[in-house]
Amino acid sequence: MAETPTHSKISTRNVNVFYGEKKAIDNVSIDVDMDNVTAFIGPSGCGKSTFLRSLNRMNDTIVGARVEGSIFLDGQDIYASSMDVVQLRARVGMVFQKPNPFPKSIYDNVAYGPRIHGLASGKAELDQIVESSLTRAGLWAEVKDRLGDSGTALSGGQQQRLCIARAIAVDPEVILMDEPCSALDPIATARIEELIHDLRGKYAIIIVTHNMQQAARVSQRTAFFHLGNLIEFGETSEIFTNPREDRTKDYITGRYG
Amino acid sequence: MTGTALLFLVLGLGLVAWIAGRARAAAFVRAAKGGPRGQVNSLPSYHGWFVAICAIIPAVFFMFVWQTISPALVTNTVLASPMTTDLPQDGFARAAILSEARAIAQGFQTTAFQAQSEKLVPLYKNALAYYSWIGMAGTLALLFAGGAFAFTRLKPDFRARNKVEYLVMLALLFASLIAIFTTVGIFASLIFESYQFFSMVSPFEFLIGTNWNPKNIVTPGADNGYGAIPLFWGTIFIGAIIAMLVAIPLGLMSAIFLTQYASSNIRKLMKPILEILAGVPTVVYGYFAALTVAPAIRDFAVMLGVSNAASDNALAAGIVMGVMIIPLVSSMSDDSIAAVPNAMRDGSLAMGATKSETIKKVLLPAALPGVVGGVLLAVSRAIGETMIVVMAAGYTANLTANPFDTITTVTVQIVALLTGDQDFGSPHTLAAFALGLALFITTFLLNYVALRVVKRYREAYE
Repeated sequence: MAETPTHSKISTRNVNVFYGEKKAIDNVSIDVDMDNVTAFIGPSGCGKSTFLRSLNRMNDTIVGARVEGSIFLDGQDIYASSMDVVQLRARVGMVFQKPNPFPKSIYDNVAYGPRIHGLASGKAELDQIVESSLTRAGLWAEVKDRLGDSGTALSGGQQQRLCIARAIAVDPEVILMDEPCSALDPIATARIEELIHDLRGKYAIIIVTHNMQQAARVSQRTAFFHLGNLIEFGETSEIFTNPREDRTKDYITGRYG
Repeated sequence: MTGTALLFLVLGLGLVAWIAGRARAAAFVRAAKGGPRGQVNSLPSYHGWFVAICAIIPAVFFMFVWQTISPALVTNTVLASPMTTDLPQDGFARAAILSEARAIAQGFQTTAFQAQSEKLVPLYKNALAYYSWIGMAGTLALLFAGGAFAFTRLKPDFRARNKVEYLVMLALLFASLIAIFTTVGIFASLIFESYQFFSMVSPFEFLIGTNWNPKNIVTPGADNGYGAIPLFWGTIFIGAIIAMLVAIPLGLMSAIFLTQYASSNIRKLMKPILEILAGVPTVVYGYFAALTVAPAIRDFAVMLGVSNAASDNALAAGIVMGVMIIPLVSSMSDDSIAAVPNAMRDGSLAMGATKSETIKKVLLPAALPGVVGGVLLAVSRAIGETMIVVMAAGYTANLTANPFDTITTVTVQIVALLTGDQDFGSPHTLAAFALGLALFITTFLLNYVALRVVKRYREAYE
């Protein structure tokens, strides 16, 4: 067992992830802190999404997926038997590549998490959580008059903000975003990026993205993955202007990927 | 010459036509050799097929039409003779004499039991020979005409391949129309017989009456009710209530287990077993219900203190029918649950919901329309099911909600009405058609609604 790490929100030590026999992530150690947005970049198939999904144990749902090494949330090993995966996922929320609102009303989408975790003691409190989550996700003004409408009837960008509101509603500490803008148009993307700015500091945010400009715009720290390895991790400005590794430089300048 | 021999002759001549057409086209090919390509449009065998089809199809079609209409023509010819004027006018005796004379003429019977038929035999012989000769001549004439027509049309640039393609399409169209016309025909016969029934029994009595007691032989003043409400109730009670109380929870739960909890190995093992359950003949379920389940339930009811528990109780038939329906509900629900995008499930799990919370609050609501469609199809199947209820349910029309009591269904009564002596002029027999019509319309509507629901649900996730 590695040493219990520092004040970081999430720390990983020597993490390997396997899909059956295939090694998708090789010996990754990284520290993510509370105050910064961290971007994971890298070419397709480099394992960045796989690594992200192991941070809230969503890989558990994939048959044959296996994680080695240690991942700590506030110093607690999340793969230890004492860790309840249900509690973990309430603390580490996730936003997916494609907006996936439930086929329920906007209100019920946001209230879903608070209800299953028993966060509200009454209707008034639940209303309060729904309103504040939608406000934080920048969607309240657009939907406050039609909370009863189906979440699936919203536009793609609105759906994705609804999913962010849904994740916020259980008051998580970390939000994992797996290419949250890849299915959205540029305007909707800009709204999400603004939202990420606003949420910074309240939650530790990790965003996986294909779009290097996006990583440069929204993150303060960037990790570059290649073929399952963490190549370089540091200040975003450093990575993009003065990378230490040649592979990082080649990727950023568009030599491959 | 018999019909079978004629058919073989036609097919043999068709083969000759095929060979002739092919040979002629082969000659085209030889003539065109060395010239520019594409001079002969189609392969020789297509020419052969074209000639053969043009020869055989009209001839065979004529043969079947002639087989259908010639008996009536024979009878007409015989009746036109002055020798038949002394036949009895009573329809039954007259028909008996005529059919005996015909049987002797055709050699199915050697001696006559009725004196009058003896003298009609030569008449029948003549007429039969005459019309059979016309039929044979017509068939062969059409065969040669069709073959010659096709043969003379063959040219190097004749598009035999496209023609054969078109004829193949027509053959397929014909095959698919048969099923549709059969359905229409069945429906028409149901309507026709039901109309006759309703001209004898008021539709109101049938649809809202509660006294079902049809008698084969009507004695004046006797109780002879045609009120079908107890049958409709029995059908709904067994097929749509008891059976569904068994099939919906068990089918749905097995679908949830198979899609969400089972490992792929268990799924691979269990799904085929469930599907085999759907292939068990219903008569097997029937005796299982009648011999095993029904007595057990009666004993149980007696133990509970139910005094009028019957051995042919509704519960046994309903439970076994429900078991029969489980695979249907399970596989329809399985499909609907599997059609819910995985993103939805992941979204819920990522919120910290457990598996069963995810199923209850996200997957099932999303899959509900598909599940409802499956249940409607299952109900439609259950109310039309016959064998289990014939063997396990009762024959007494009984308007009761007591599951231990005997109760009958529409299908059981149809079987009862059509077993034994029948007279297609009496309401007793015709009632079976009215019941059949009611059942047909109900299941038709159920299937229609179910398929619409399922289809709309599929579209929602595509």
